[in-house]
Amino acid sequence: MKTILKLRELTKKFGSLTAVDALTFNIQKGNVYGILGPNGSGKSTTLGMVLNVVNPSSGSFEWFDGEMNTHEALKKVGAIIESPNFYPSMSAEDNLKLVCKIKGVEYSRIDVVLEIVNLHDRKKDHFSSYSLGMKQRLAIASALLNDPEILILDEPTNGLDPQGIHQIREIIKRIAAEGMTILLASHLLDEVEKVCSHVVVIRNGKKLYSGPVDELNATHGFFELKSEHKDELKSFLETHSAIERYDEADNDLIKAILAQPYEAKLINKECFEKGILLTHLVKRKETLEEQFLKLTKNQ
Amino acid sequence: MKRLFLIEFHKLKNNKAAKILSLIYFILFSAIALFASIKFNFGSIDFRLADQGIFNFPFIWHFNAYFVAFLKLFLAVVIVSMVSSEYTNRTLKQNLIDGLSKKEFILSKFYGVLGFALASTLLLFIVSLILGLIFSDYDEFNIVFSDLEYIFAYFLKLVGFFSLCLFFGILLKRSAFALGFLFLLWIFEGIVQLFVKFQAESLDFILNFLPLQSMSNLIIEPFTRLGIVKSAATQLNSEFTKSYDVEWSAILIVMGWSFIFVYSSWKLLQKRDL
Repeated sequence: MKTILKLRELTKKFGSLTAVDALTFNIQKGNVYGILGPNGSGKSTTLGMVLNVVNPSSGSFEWFDGEMNTHEALKKVGAIIESPNFYPSMSAEDNLKLVCKIKGVEYSRIDVVLEIVNLHDRKKDHFSSYSLGMKQRLAIASALLNDPEILILDEPTNGLDPQGIHQIREIIKRIAAEGMTILLASHLLDEVEKVCSHVVVIRNGKKLYSGPVDELNATHGFFELKSEHKDELKSFLETHSAIERYDEADNDLIKAILAQPYEAKLINKECFEKGILLTHLVKRKETLEEQFLKLTKNQ
Repeated sequence: MKRLFLIEFHKLKNNKAAKILSLIYFILFSAIALFASIKFNFGSIDFRLADQGIFNFPFIWHFNAYFVAFLKLFLAVVIVSMVSSEYTNRTLKQNLIDGLSKKEFILSKFYGVLGFALASTLLLFIVSLILGLIFSDYDEFNIVFSDLEYIFAYFLKLVGFFSLCLFFGILLKRSAFALGFLFLLWIFEGIVQLFVKFQAESLDFILNFLPLQSMSNLIIEPFTRLGIVKSAATQLNSEFTKSYDVEWSAILIVMGWSFIFVYSSWKLLQKRDL
């Protein structure tokens, strides 16, 4: 698999504060990566360094196996960081023309990308007349202009209203489905969970985890159970070999953590045979949020 | 080079403030020239500036180059704002992310500077040529196209000054601060000059190295060269001689400053986290 970006011990210090601390990870072509971390954990600084706007204090990074220098490599990258930055008195079209000039892309791409983000009708309007959601969509359009090898998105839904968030997510999902490599930095976990195959978790500039989302917490998931025969259910779970332990959650839900892979229909059948009628049965894995909180708490 | 110039040109073309200011500049430029050719009637005396010999070739090159240079302040505002707005709109950051290197960014701005200086110089040349052809007492080819070094000096003066503006814009990130600094530098140089003249005359030579002073040294004031003023001066002081030539030393110093300003803009940008 082709390596798009390599980080080696990348470090950034602002005075006595270490914003990014010896970060090492690789980005492979074809995956969708999420960088997770609370606010101020160094996500944006990391992206700033690989995008040539922040100077690293030490360590190094390499685009496309070091085949070209950073600013040449960035012509093959599409990136938006923080707020969308464009020339306010230029129209969307003129702004994109400028990006075409910088990246060396044909003007014909402009209509294509504006169509993708649904801004085609407003292309002649000044950027300053756009709503935040439209600005963010224009930023995505701009990042897609060069049909990039990798799309880098830093907090793409920050500050948007629910409708705007939904639109951006739909666009990201659509692009991800087409097989583009994406690096998405966010503190919104459900956002990452919905689209990412791999995650890098950082806190205080240090890497806590990097790898596939599924392996972030290699458990077998758990059942959520509810029954009117609560005591019988509890004693049944106590003795069941596939159940590691159980917790009683709020509103009478019982959370039974699995010790080995087990099917929901089997547990349903066994309960029924014992005369325990279930009113609620769900098998699921822990959400990214639960895993993330666990991971950051452990450190 | 063409790519970088086109990038900068695209930005300027779509910037309303820059467009309006440049337009005012070029209109004022032409208006001043026209103004000189108007006849004033002071009672019974007809007075026309153009008849005082200021538009005679080759003197006109010197005179116009000296005068319209004052208007460069207009363009200075454009230059400063075209740099500082890149900071305030964070478009500088976006440009870098899109794949422009910091060196290319500075170069594209410098090409913008060269473009403005060149446009202004061309206009000066054309306007002076027209005025000269209308009003000059001499129109032999050799005379018309002599002393053109003033036009070159004018170009260099603008390049030097705009490079300074570029540097201040990069350094201070805000147009108001940059223009304020420009003003402070002007006052500072004035104080140094006074100090040297009255307190340390032996340090005279350093005056030629001050950035603004060196730029103004390129084109020496033309008044005392005017026929009437000159004859008056020689009557008062028979040894009145002054060189009005464009000095090589001044050319080299201004070129040096321009290089220093552009180079330090680049170095400054390279060191900065945006």
